[in-house]
Amino acid sequence: MDPLQVKIEVYEGPLDLLLHLVKKNQVDIYDIPIALITEQYLEYLRFMKSLNIDLASEYLLMAATLVHIKSRMLLASPEDEEEDPRAEITQALLDYVKVKDMAHMLENQEILHRDVFVRHHIEEIVGEENFVFPTLFDLLDALKHIMEASKLTEAVTSTAESIKLEEKMAEIYDLLQKEQEILFDKLFLSARTKAEVVVTFVAILHLAKEGLIILYQTSPFAPIHLKLVTEPPKQRHLQVV
Amino acid sequence: MNLEAILEALLFVSSEPLKIERLKKVLPDRSTQEIRQTIKRLQQRYASSQHGIELVEVAGGYRLQTKPEMRAYIQALKQGPTFRLSRAALETLAIIAYWQPITKKEIESIKGVDVSSSLRTLLRLNLVKTAGRREGSRALLYKTTPYFLEVFGLKSLTDLPQIEEL
Repeated sequence: MDPLQVKIEVYEGPLDLLLHLVKKNQVDIYDIPIALITEQYLEYLRFMKSLNIDLASEYLLMAATLVHIKSRMLLASPEDEEEDPRAEITQALLDYVKVKDMAHMLENQEILHRDVFVRHHIEEIVGEENFVFPTLFDLLDALKHIMEASKLTEAVTSTAESIKLEEKMAEIYDLLQKEQEILFDKLFLSARTKAEVVVTFVAILHLAKEGLIILYQTSPFAPIHLKLVTEPPKQRHLQVV
Repeated sequence: MNLEAILEALLFVSSEPLKIERLKKVLPDRSTQEIRQTIKRLQQRYASSQHGIELVEVAGGYRLQTKPEMRAYIQALKQGPTFRLSRAALETLAIIAYWQPITKKEIESIKGVDVSSSLRTLLRLNLVKTAGRREGSRALLYKTTPYFLEVFGLKSLTDLPQIEEL
């Protein structure tokens, strides 16, 4: 199977991408430069498509919404007292920020089996501390950066067959067993072709999805690290009758 | 026998937060007020820095747990975390917690993306459950479980951290 055909499941939605762009460009959520954001949004979509990332229909719907808002902004005369065409996405983003705040507050509670412990436990739910977890878009940014910084040859078809996704996953996994932790960028140093870079990227996403590794940053926009997930022995609750 | 000692023993063996009503059934000769006051005394006793455990009110009952400041030692003993709630699942949980009861469609309109897999995870972990259907429609409603309160150390839903200008 051509590794470039592997579909990646995306958990982040269009609102995550919009928020990512708002933060990245440091723009005011109440006054979003719609032309700029739309352009960048579409650019991400094209980039993800080029990587064969399976995009949910919600992404396309949002793209259509953005383009529509952009055209309405162009048509509206400045003295128009009409509602701001951006209101719809501004509100959606504000609501979403609120949800993120709530999730953050929940995470900061003293959580059972993470902060406090009881004698009996059934299910362990643990949050990681002091880490920030990169979203898909942070990973895409890192990948884009790598692709731009290195001189890669195009030779996609011939090399694609020679690099197997499973082998790449195994290679990264073995490396992590030796090193415990590794810098995301470092895994791409040996890559010479675009195909190799993409396979490496897809392999990392797969390892993360299968819960074998975690990706983390020490702060937002900091370098991304990979870490092995050490699986503790499954604890069973013994019932004595 | 000393009521403090009895309550301590009951709390020690209980696998879930003990409600006053439950304690009352075990101790029919004691008044509710007496039980409440004794729990308060126990709480004060554990609050001292000489103790590594504390008695907290959670999910409508009482439980003994280790103090948060002991976490590093306990984690070293237990060697590592097991399950991590993904960001997507945590956000879905937050939406359900604050807007419950809520339908999947409503969650998705806030989150802007399909939440099927997050919802499955939360149901499997017993953090949320279904709560009938929205009136006049077939859409299932979701709400948090008492176990959710236990995990996040909340007395009740009104104990949820408040968001400014909701």
